[in-house]
Amino acid sequence: MATSLKKYSVLPGFGLSLGYTVLYLSLLVLVPLSALFARASGLTWEQFWGTVANPRVLASYRLTFGAAFAGATINAVFGFIVAWTLVRYRFPGKKLVDAMVDLPFALPTAVSGIALTAIYSSNGWIGQYLEPLGIKVAYTPIGVTIALTFIGLPFVVRTLEPALQDLDRESEEAAAILGASRWQTFRRVIVPSVVPALLTGFALSLARGIGEYGSVVFISGNMPMKTEISSLLIVTRLEQYDTAGATAIAVVMLCASFVLLFAINMLQWWHTQRARGGA
Amino acid sequence: MTPQLSTQLNSPVVRQIEAIAIKSTAGPMNRNRTAQVSAPPLGLREARLPRPAATEFPNSAAPRPTAGKPKLRLATDDPLWLRLLLTTITIVFLSLFLLVPLAAVFTESLRKGFDAYLQSFRDPAALAAIKLTLLTSAISVPINLVFGVAAAWAIAKFDFWGKSLLTSLIDLPFAVSPVVSGLIFVLLFGAHGWFGPWLAAHDIQIVFAVPGIVLATMFITFPFVARELIPLMQEQGSEEEQAAVSLGAGGWQIFRRVTLPNIRWALLYGVILCNARAMGEFGAVSVVSGHIRGKTNTMPLHVEILYNEYNFVAAFAVASLLALLALLTLALKSLVEWRLKRQLDEASRLQNET
Repeated sequence: MATSLKKYSVLPGFGLSLGYTVLYLSLLVLVPLSALFARASGLTWEQFWGTVANPRVLASYRLTFGAAFAGATINAVFGFIVAWTLVRYRFPGKKLVDAMVDLPFALPTAVSGIALTAIYSSNGWIGQYLEPLGIKVAYTPIGVTIALTFIGLPFVVRTLEPALQDLDRESEEAAAILGASRWQTFRRVIVPSVVPALLTGFALSLARGIGEYGSVVFISGNMPMKTEISSLLIVTRLEQYDTAGATAIAVVMLCASFVLLFAINMLQWWHTQRARGGA
Repeated sequence: MTPQLSTQLNSPVVRQIEAIAIKSTAGPMNRNRTAQVSAPPLGLREARLPRPAATEFPNSAAPRPTAGKPKLRLATDDPLWLRLLLTTITIVFLSLFLLVPLAAVFTESLRKGFDAYLQSFRDPAALAAIKLTLLTSAISVPINLVFGVAAAWAIAKFDFWGKSLLTSLIDLPFAVSPVVSGLIFVLLFGAHGWFGPWLAAHDIQIVFAVPGIVLATMFITFPFVARELIPLMQEQGSEEEQAAVSLGAGGWQIFRRVTLPNIRWALLYGVILCNARAMGEFGAVSVVSGHIRGKTNTMPLHVEILYNEYNFVAAFAVASLLALLALLTLALKSLVEWRLKRQLDEASRLQNET
């Protein structure tokens, strides 16, 4: 029965490798995740709604989603420029710049958190110049946005780079021969073909920003209703032994990430369909 | 004019592209030359000749023509001012956002001199945190390495029902935020969790102890190796392994002699990423650790405690170790990426040939 679900192969080790994969996946990922939903389903509707629609929690959603959205937008703009420069131009130190882009992936989030706070606090390297202008960054929503921009940048650049590399020069040349200016070519030929990749990068950056914790808790200042992100609220509830409250907020956050993940998969599907259609 | 170039210039497409290129670069610095080009009495060919402009079209991604020949700018190249502008934006933006924070870590840690920096590591709690971080990654990376290889073998070498579902499930931990990843283990093994009473009765502590930290780290780093291996092994196909079977090789022999040499760079790449995340994870570990100084603090958690105690030099000193780890990770990653790219090109070339 089991073999009929699988195509015949002469290679050994199917049972062992698949069995181990499924067992390990279930024990480490599926069972723990289902514990979350099981615990949440044990709550009454009033309990659940009372927690997730509480004004302090609502304020945290606004900050988390708003800052993540703003960060992802900044990343989409500057990430595009960075990716374009890295793919199209040659300049001294390009390899180094290229490797640097992955720094937010490699740097532990707590380290980025304290480093950003040190820079943007009122006596920090950048903060001291912004303070006289009336711009406070550390311990405000702007600080949260900066942290989420930092965290999400590589997602946009690394998703866009292959898409820009795959652009066929012929269609750009054709546009030029037909008399298009460089700007027209960019707007009508280049942008439409990299839109799926740009949106995917944006969504990945957004998804990462919504769940981010380490880099934000230091720079945000964590004032309830003002600079408290949802992830922190989960931790706070847990520290107050309010497991039910923590679970309820976690379920909302997890559902939001799943919706985004689904959107990203659809975007990627769109992306490959288009790539196939173009080839 | 060399004969080669004259045929190039006579080709109608080149002439048109060039005409457009000249038009679009007709900024102030090019105006003289454009006027010269469009001067009617001169033939097109003669007009173009005095246009060496070696320094005017540098940096294009297209191969540079060798010295001595006049340079053509392709229609797909951006004008110089745009190239300079975008390159400047890139470098300024990345320096401001990436380099400055990195530099701040090292500057802050050395603020009170090198002795104070070293003093931070004489603290037994810091040493315990370093040890726990090393222990956590020494357990979770090999386990996820074995899992990654097994999963990639099953998914890439066989066709079976539910394969794409399995592939997406492996990526699941990436979609779960760090804090929620920690929370699910508290819900399972905490005092009020599913297994909490049983664990308490048998005097086993998982959450707020080392096993919980290791579990949360394993969960977070779960997909790293598998997701590097699966696409490469799918690309490589299984012809080589089938040939090995027909020559009478056993399962372990096939893996060690045929598959492993083919995937070693991707494997290393996955391990590097997995290790960086395992050592640097903060959110998930923070929820399950319980923050017992000297016992259940990993390096990132120790950084947090020191920072919240306003012991900035010590906090940044420990952070600088993590930053060095990040730089090492980036360097190794670039190196392996380069090898890996060669291998992927090879694999797709072989596949195109067959």
